[in-house]
Amino acid sequence: MSRFLTQRLGFTFLAIVAILVVLPIILVVGAIVIQGLPAINVEFLTTAPRDGMRAGGIWPAIVGTFWLTVGTAIFSVPFGVAIAIYLSEYARDNNFTRMIRLAIINLSGIPSVVYGLFGLGLFVLALRFGSSILAGALTLSIMTLPVIISTSEEALHSVPQSFRTVSVSLGGTKWQTIYKIVLPQALPGILTGVILGLERAAGETAPILFTAAAFFLPELPGSIFDKTMALPYHLFVISTQVPNMPIKIQFGTALVLLVFVLTMNLLAAVIRSYYRRKRQW
Amino acid sequence: MSSASLKTRRTSFVEFFAERAIRASGFVAIAFVVLIFLFLLLEGLPAITEVSISNLLSTRWYPTESHFGLLPLILGSVLVTLGAAIIAVPTGVLAAIFVAEVAPRWLREILKPMIEVVAGIPSVVLGFIGMIALSPLVRVAFNAPTGLTAFTGALILAYMALPTIISVAEDALDAVPRSYRDAALALGATRWQTIWMVTVKAARSGILTAIMLGIGRAIGETMAVMMVTGNAARMPLSLDSLFMPARTMTATIAAEMGEVAQGSTHFHVLFMIGIVLFVITFIVNFVASIAIFRQTRRSARLLS
Repeated sequence: MSRFLTQRLGFTFLAIVAILVVLPIILVVGAIVIQGLPAINVEFLTTAPRDGMRAGGIWPAIVGTFWLTVGTAIFSVPFGVAIAIYLSEYARDNNFTRMIRLAIINLSGIPSVVYGLFGLGLFVLALRFGSSILAGALTLSIMTLPVIISTSEEALHSVPQSFRTVSVSLGGTKWQTIYKIVLPQALPGILTGVILGLERAAGETAPILFTAAAFFLPELPGSIFDKTMALPYHLFVISTQVPNMPIKIQFGTALVLLVFVLTMNLLAAVIRSYYRRKRQW
Repeated sequence: MSSASLKTRRTSFVEFFAERAIRASGFVAIAFVVLIFLFLLLEGLPAITEVSISNLLSTRWYPTESHFGLLPLILGSVLVTLGAAIIAVPTGVLAAIFVAEVAPRWLREILKPMIEVVAGIPSVVLGFIGMIALSPLVRVAFNAPTGLTAFTGALILAYMALPTIISVAEDALDAVPRSYRDAALALGATRWQTIWMVTVKAARSGILTAIMLGIGRAIGETMAVMMVTGNAARMPLSLDSLFMPARTMTATIAAEMGEVAQGSTHFHVLFMIGIVLFVITFIVNFVASIAIFRQTRRSARLLS
């Protein structure tokens, strides 16, 4: 009987560990919602910071993060999906493919602050974009590529091989098969990956520190060559660089950022579960 | 000429370019890695000629007086990452075992999205919570002069590495063929014995990959670490260094790059630190990926 007792104790211990893993996230999200909600009002969401950022709103930071995310999508989605199509549909099992995979694994492991250095070296200095939305979005999009590639590739792989065989047997060319059969079937999965990648980009601070982020700008950016405020950087600034900062505003900013990011997370989850239920294979 | 053949020709024209573009995109991934390394070298290598090697290897980081010793920063990163690994590796692997092998289906469906949420929380938000909630706890619990210590950083980092470790390890456990478990259970083993003697053993290379990727993530983490470790560049030589402020390589770059003159020695040395970080994460990910390839090969062999 004792080995079943061991099992029972063991399972209980594992359950406790799992609870310890998820408990902090409940506490963190709960605390941010409870402490942040009182700060949220129309003024907070639609005006610029005032009084050395100790009052007013976070509108320029919201707009900045929005444009950085859009810019990241414009650059990273076409490249990411194209590389995924290459890996899933064209690549043979050879050393070149292995090198591409190694490169992608590597890209996903490079520290975000090193992406910031790279963006500074290439986009800000060598290409003379200056610290700008353009430079920041390009930096973020390279950082986002691995997420988009790996999730898109998985989505493409999950399309049954028979779909391709049938298309080709009906006289479809390779490209027609990919464009008309495989891609539409894989689209929900690709979309999920894109959203998850952009979610990560939207919350990042280190890559935009030296490539896009402005400490304080009361006006909205006028072009892609302007610096911009951004939500994550703003949270960093008001929680470390500004003395006597009202804690309400800090929590309010954290809440807006969290909502921004978790909405994307939720959207991805909804798309995934909706299409998983809908598809016939 | 009929319109149908025109259409075919146009399709093949589009097809020609689409296929070329997609094949070329394969190079892009490699090109980016090479570009990143090249630009780090371009801006970082001048540091070697501007600063003597003995200065770079000294124990003092004080850039305003031209002391560019990287050792306290490297050891700071090692200390915080090691602390995080000690906490996150057992926790992550055990949690993955629970999610993959023990939890009933409904609980799994709750736990997995929650772990995904942890992965999605921006690091500044965790850093902010670390400063406001965790560091006072650490200060009181260890009766330290400040709560902004290497240990606080290790705790936050461990939490940030957990989703990576759990999800990769869980995938590895899931990939173990059902028949392995069935065979063990049929021989009279309990589920507990099956987990440890069969499933975990069969998934060990995947679990190792999970651990490596988690540690890789921890080494490179920047914002949260910068916000909670106190940022004092000192040599962590004794055990109680864990409960004193420390400073990592990543935090040094993030904190100082904004204030240096472009092209100055300090600027080049910060890129030099970037090179060190790039090389370390390259090695960690390379080793992890070897394990991934080996795993795919083995599962391919099992299925054939």
